[in-house]
Amino acid sequence: MKPQSVLIELQPKFERNAPAALANTQLRRNMGKATQTIRAKRAAVVDEMPDWEQLRTAGRQIKEHTLYHLDTYLLQLEAAVQRAGGHVHWAADAAAANAIVTGLVQAHGAREVIKVKSLTTDEIKLNAALAEAGISAIETDLAELIIQLAGEHSSHILVPAIHKNRAEIRELFMRTLGIAEISDEPTALAAAARSYLRAKFLSVPVAISGGNFAVAATGAICVVESEGNGRMCLTLPEVLISVVGIEKLVPTWQDLEVFLQLLPRSSTGERMNPYTSIWTGVTPGDGPQAFHLVLLDNGRTNVLADEIGRQTLHCIRCSACLNICPVYERTGGHAYGSVYPGPIGAILTPQLVGVEHARSLPYASSLCGACYDVCPVQINIPEVLIHMRGEVVRQHQDTGGLAAALEPEALAMQLLSQVFGSQATYEMAQRLAQLGQGPLVRDGTISWLPGLLGGWTAMRDLSAVPQQTFRQWWRERDA
Amino acid sequence: MREDRDIMLKRIRTALHGPPGAPAQVAPSIARAYQVSTPTPAAVLLHQFVERVAEYKAEVQTIAENALPTAIAAALAARKALRLAVPADLPNDWLPPAVTALRDQGQLTYQDLDGCDGVLTGCALGIAQTGTIILDHGPRQGRRALSLLPDYHLCVVWQSQIVGIVPEAIAQLATATTRPLTFISGPSATSDIELNRVEGVHGPRTLHVLVVTA
Amino acid sequence: MQVALFITCFNDTLFPQVGMATVRLIERLGHTVQFRSAQTCCGQMHVNTGYQREAVPLVRRFVQIFHDAEVVVAPSASCIGLIRDYYGHIAALADDTALAREIAILQPRVLELTEFLTRMGVTDVGAYFPHRVTYHPTCHSLRVLRLGDAPLRLLHAVRGIEVVALPDAEQCCGFGGTFAVKNADTSMAMLGDKLRAVRDTRAEVVVAADTSCLMQIGGALQRQRAGVRTMHLAEVLAHTEDRQ
Repeated sequence: MKPQSVLIELQPKFERNAPAALANTQLRRNMGKATQTIRAKRAAVVDEMPDWEQLRTAGRQIKEHTLYHLDTYLLQLEAAVQRAGGHVHWAADAAAANAIVTGLVQAHGAREVIKVKSLTTDEIKLNAALAEAGISAIETDLAELIIQLAGEHSSHILVPAIHKNRAEIRELFMRTLGIAEISDEPTALAAAARSYLRAKFLSVPVAISGGNFAVAATGAICVVESEGNGRMCLTLPEVLISVVGIEKLVPTWQDLEVFLQLLPRSSTGERMNPYTSIWTGVTPGDGPQAFHLVLLDNGRTNVLADEIGRQTLHCIRCSACLNICPVYERTGGHAYGSVYPGPIGAILTPQLVGVEHARSLPYASSLCGACYDVCPVQINIPEVLIHMRGEVVRQHQDTGGLAAALEPEALAMQLLSQVFGSQATYEMAQRLAQLGQGPLVRDGTISWLPGLLGGWTAMRDLSAVPQQTFRQWWRERDA
Repeated sequence: MREDRDIMLKRIRTALHGPPGAPAQVAPSIARAYQVSTPTPAAVLLHQFVERVAEYKAEVQTIAENALPTAIAAALAARKALRLAVPADLPNDWLPPAVTALRDQGQLTYQDLDGCDGVLTGCALGIAQTGTIILDHGPRQGRRALSLLPDYHLCVVWQSQIVGIVPEAIAQLATATTRPLTFISGPSATSDIELNRVEGVHGPRTLHVLVVTA
Repeated sequence: MQVALFITCFNDTLFPQVGMATVRLIERLGHTVQFRSAQTCCGQMHVNTGYQREAVPLVRRFVQIFHDAEVVVAPSASCIGLIRDYYGHIAALADDTALAREIAILQPRVLELTEFLTRMGVTDVGAYFPHRVTYHPTCHSLRVLRLGDAPLRLLHAVRGIEVVALPDAEQCCGFGGTFAVKNADTSMAMLGDKLRAVRDTRAEVVVAADTSCLMQIGGALQRQRAGVRTMHLAEVLAHTEDRQ
């Protein structure tokens, strides 16, 4: 079964979602301001590192190496966590992971759980599964709390509420937290979240987290965060359940020295994030006395099987590619209809769920390549995008039958492939273009085109096809 | 689940190596061409550490060892911190007489800790390049909850504990990798609202660092 | 040097003046230009849109036509980028190891115009162009070919020219091949910001190393009657006092 849980809407249609986002001036302003701010911060802290490129290379190589030996390292991790008093569970898909977590929470008799921001648990729609079992999951990251209170979906990997400004958040808090009056100052809004959540931290017996890194050799799990909600969840409850994708492994303790440099600088644009917590199994007298690690597949092995697509699993969820992406900056994350938006989402989502279920996402890019330049683990996102486009087309051709072959784009591409197939057909097509454009040309300019191409002339003129091609000029010159 | 374990391992092996008999690929190697240590002199590291801790909006002071008790007393007085949570093994002479110290032998409840005016600890390491303090929850540091729940964290760092860059810290921690570790870079913070950094969310909203020079 | 010109289907059909300028420029620098008329298209549109099986014959064709060339030069960063980064993938897709080998042998001799000039050690092409211009580094010239500031250095050496820096120059113009049609709205949103940056420079001419991006930017400038025109880098570098 394909892990459809990754999708927020079935078969997301980016090109259909984007126009509404583009027309939302508040969203455009919020997104523009936020992404430009974080881009500048990232650039400053990356530029000061003399060995940034070497770190990126090492980051990529460690991930390549880990994936190549993934079965071995998973077994190592399992043994190390068990040795340290933790329990390890394996979940082939979202349903299995949700069943494991729900069962564990029920076994401890808890009706409420506190959660550290975790994309992986968003991906498996854990909160909904817990709700069905009568367990309420309280998001403790400020942005996650904001979107949970608003009943919305995340629009950014790192800053899920990036699409909301302070005035919108103030209104939301007054409406949902029963606060009579509060200013729209971020300090005041953060303080409101602090007092709302403090009581939960002190009383809720079970916490659920993701994990940024899992060290196979030692069994250490690492969570990188800023607000301290992570430390609260990882330290105070009696039971801790961490849901970790199988691609989060690193082989050795030493490997952390690479990723703890790459991640904060790429992600929040800080030299180091405020808090990093690392724990191994259970420590007597300190922190949760029951620890469960849930290792999640949910489509990751599909990605692993594709030699070009595999590099997508290097991702450390920093979100630098979102912040630099000119498409994401303008549409925001919701247009992607996936838990994973932006350039990384455009390649990860179709691979996790199967290209046939997310056909528009690999096309949600101008292939400008800025994402590749900033990726701390050197994922060649444009390369994978192009590869995924090929998969989309091939899957459609191979299963869509005659109807697929007769779609205008498919016909045009077939025709052009034949036109370019010989000099004679190519030159004939050039001549036809020179003649056929007649009715469209006024004063050497085309300002309207039919059908598919109409998107072009909505904003741009097109120069008429000149009456002499380059090759005609060359022949005359040669003669 | 047991069967999921077998399914996943089988999927991984098929994904990596193809069907039985497929040609073997070359195992990727790792070149660590990045810096693993820095030749920077201790005095420069001290300066960098202090500067970068301060950039996170933490309070930071450099003091001589014999001035430590006075500096602690002054800091606590300025904060009006009278009830102080401290690890069980904190040296007695660090504590000013005016302060009620709650020594944590593991008996303090979360409510006790939440009700304190602050916490005083030492640390395991500091990283100059990133302005980071590392707690391995060993000597003079106490368990994790101790330095988490109080709203004010006064932390003493010895100059000799400061290393230059992240790999040096990771290497020093390599012998204690099964201990819980907390890396602290400034007070808790969020950038979730319009990416404006706000210092002080759930963790201690004020971090005060006393760096004791050699 | 014998330079085999790969004009690209786009320039051949829509922007022949770019080809003419490229020929003039290379000949002026003392090289011989040959035009192998069997050439058609590198397959970029097919590959980038996902019709990669359909691109296989085009890749074969390109290799067949140019395999014995001393050097192949094209006035298009995006076509060269495709040949360099993706021809190998297409050969792999076709499961054709012989083709893959031929591609690997040919690739180092296939150069974008600026790369060719840099490789030849040319820093001043002896051009004259008395206009205020701004340079847009296209995504493929910047991030695929890594031309860096080589095009700008060539422009700065042109006599009479006034080169103005383009704000946020490294931002994509929104063209992206079929992206401009499939995601026309997003493309236009990106283009809007590029146009504002261009107009802020008060330049008369926007210069770039890809005609496709220039078509995107120029098409909108023309629609706006902005009073700014677009020119390929080759056209500016080909200008001299006696030939304008």
